[in-house]
Amino acid sequence: MEYVIEMLGIRKEFNGFVANDDITLQLRKGEIHALLGENGAGKSTLMNVLFGLYQPEKGEIKVHGKKADISNPNVANELGIGMVHQHFMLVDTFTVTENIILGKEPKAGGKIDIKKAEQKVREISEQYGLAVDPTAKVADISVGMQQRVEILKTLYRGAEILIFDEPTAVLTPQEIKELIQIMKTLIKEGKSIILITHKLKEIMEVCDRVTVIRKGKGIGTVNVSETDPNHLASLMVGREVTFKTEKTEAQPKENVLEINSLFVKDARGIQAVRGLNLTVHAGEIVGICGVDGNGQSELIEAITGLQKAESGSILLSGKDITNLKPRKVTEQGVAHIPQDRHKHGLVLDFPIGENMVLQTYYQQPYSKAGVLNYKEIYKKAGRLIKEYDVRTPSEYTPARALSGGNQQKAIIGREVDRDPELLIAAQPTRGLDVGAIEFIHKRLIEQRDKEKAVLLISFELDEILNISDRIAVIYEGEIVAIVDPKETTEQELGLLMAGSKRKEAGEMNV
Amino acid sequence: MSKRFSNLAVPVVSVLLGLIAGAIIMLISGYDPISGYAALWNGAFGDSFYVGETLRQMTPYIFAGLAVAFAFRTGLFNIGVEGQLLVGWLAAVWVGVAFDLPKIIHLPLSLLAAAAAGALWGLIPGILKARLHVHEVIVTIMMNYVALHLTNHLIRNVISDQSDSTEAVKETASLKSSFFESLTDFSSLHNGIYLGLIAAVIMWFMLEKTTLGYELRSVGYSQHASQYAGMNVSRNIVLSMVISGAFAGLGGAMEGLGTFGNAFLHSGFSGVGFDGIAVALLGGNAAIGVVLASLLFGALKVGALNMPIESGVPNELVEIVIALIIFFVASSYMIKWLLSRFKKEEK
Repeated sequence: MEYVIEMLGIRKEFNGFVANDDITLQLRKGEIHALLGENGAGKSTLMNVLFGLYQPEKGEIKVHGKKADISNPNVANELGIGMVHQHFMLVDTFTVTENIILGKEPKAGGKIDIKKAEQKVREISEQYGLAVDPTAKVADISVGMQQRVEILKTLYRGAEILIFDEPTAVLTPQEIKELIQIMKTLIKEGKSIILITHKLKEIMEVCDRVTVIRKGKGIGTVNVSETDPNHLASLMVGREVTFKTEKTEAQPKENVLEINSLFVKDARGIQAVRGLNLTVHAGEIVGICGVDGNGQSELIEAITGLQKAESGSILLSGKDITNLKPRKVTEQGVAHIPQDRHKHGLVLDFPIGENMVLQTYYQQPYSKAGVLNYKEIYKKAGRLIKEYDVRTPSEYTPARALSGGNQQKAIIGREVDRDPELLIAAQPTRGLDVGAIEFIHKRLIEQRDKEKAVLLISFELDEILNISDRIAVIYEGEIVAIVDPKETTEQELGLLMAGSKRKEAGEMNV
Repeated sequence: MSKRFSNLAVPVVSVLLGLIAGAIIMLISGYDPISGYAALWNGAFGDSFYVGETLRQMTPYIFAGLAVAFAFRTGLFNIGVEGQLLVGWLAAVWVGVAFDLPKIIHLPLSLLAAAAAGALWGLIPGILKARLHVHEVIVTIMMNYVALHLTNHLIRNVISDQSDSTEAVKETASLKSSFFESLTDFSSLHNGIYLGLIAAVIMWFMLEKTTLGYELRSVGYSQHASQYAGMNVSRNIVLSMVISGAFAGLGGAMEGLGTFGNAFLHSGFSGVGFDGIAVALLGGNAAIGVVLASLLFGALKVGALNMPIESGVPNELVEIVIALIIFFVASSYMIKWLLSRFKKEEK
């Protein structure tokens, strides 16, 4: 069997911390090979070694059977290795073509030959079925299309081996389907792919083989056809994992959140929420399901006071909280796990400990008469870090240095610990591995069982179906249907989300 | 490499590299670097008079450095320290000249006036930044010129009758210290040095230990997260500029009530405010660092005066050394890289 890439016995250390310990990964020509592992297992480190960003302490890399010394990403590019980054590396104000040719521009008499470049981009995009508009500005195109631009960038540079770093984390279900189709086309055209992921469903759907790593150690490589999701999950986590979160029947009590004909404009001044009605009771989880950009963000921002409501009312346990300042909303008993944990959830340059009191620092016992009590702050931080299994070298480590999953666990710990009447969880498990997802789902259900109200916003249908007691489908800023997760199907939700079917008002049990 | 170590190592290495580069320049231009630096040292610490002068020169640097560092730690770049210092200087002198009060009231009142004037000069760019998103660098630069010409106008036409300077401040508003005069052979060292050290402690306490400092730092790092957490972002931006301006204004009072005892026409900027940027940078924007960097700057500036006399080296050389030190601090990445290389080789 011919291998295009062989990483043999790779070991990488950072200041005594072993990120990769004797990991072997062999990529066959024309296969999609999954690299599976929990957050912080060492997947990214391994790929950064392959891409020349890190130098391994031990082990060797062979490309097409020949030993290769990949000292920097340029060498990797020359060897035909291309990386599609999870966080896109695009210049927003440039066009698609300008982004693709950046650093390798075709020139004509000292000027960039943009016509030729556009022609080339068109050719590649047709060859691989990557529909993009070469003249569109990157800022104006969807996330799915931006990702296609990233893929085109690698192909333009002649990549034969493509590394996809958690490509589906940012995509809608529809875009994921398209991406899977693209990957299959790439294989047909003779490329080989390494897919970094922790989503088992995707592995089962597209991959040929999968290499599992756990806590920096190589666990082994298995054929996808000879395994199943349960087996893969236990390989990855090192124990049995349940996918269906166990929960009892909801016992809804009094109304906690009541939203009446709410109108909210988005940052650009466009009406994003249009006459939305919604009620969340104590002791239930309401899942809001919809395609990204149908008013979910604006709805949350209006509830939490980050964005002004144009009209309508928001009541919390009967009290009007419409257009209160964020601090007042928080003090009324609303906690919010924000969608963008880097932008809103954490002050990344603060120690993780100080982040644990981001909303409560001015209250006793964390401060008294305006003077902070670091002893109490770090006592609380230490407790939350332990309770919520936040893996960090210490509570003094800057939040920036933690992995995404651990940052998220820290935020959830902070928010749930305030014991809010209403917990708003926006995409709480985005980008997390099965172990962490299981943990977070349990915490959400625990809140519900403590007779608190939980509002869950997610783009993952599985998550919505799994956790919610009621599902509210949002479309163009309105709740178009309320369905029972036990009676609905993914197909029905898909249709509702696309706005092709509306339940009659009479049927809606708002 | 631990953060604490590199925080300390970068400025120290930068100073050494700056001095070495200065020595090379002296060699190339035909001067003797050893006698040049000996003259510099003697001029800064050679006897008690020079020590007094160094400490006196250090005092306004502490305030200017604290002002820049405070703003910087809260995410703002206050280039307007120079102007805030000038208005603080004049305000302190004005109060010091115009009233007859017991010292226990008069001196604090004069200092307060300086702080208030500097704060006002910081308030304007703060409000413009918070409300209209006008970049503070541009506004503070322009405010410097407004301050320069406004204070000149006031000195010439309002406080005095077409004179080049004001009267000397009353004894009750003066920072002069007969104790220091006898101790340092009648140098111009005054009681402001105490205030500088106290101000450094206040800044450290305010930023690191209070909820106010927590909010200011949080807003400085991430406005979005701060807003999410319920902090008033606009108010914190304004407050940060006001406090920074107050520090700068007090720096002006050191000159007006201490060193010179009056206010006079300035044909150009005093330079202290701009040096404050360098002091803050060298001091790593920390209170203790600012104090140490001020001492270094004070010593270099005062010691430089002795260089032409004792060794024939032009005192402009010190300006070159200072510039080189700042250059090396600014390229701290290079120094960290060098240090890590050395460490690797030791292993």
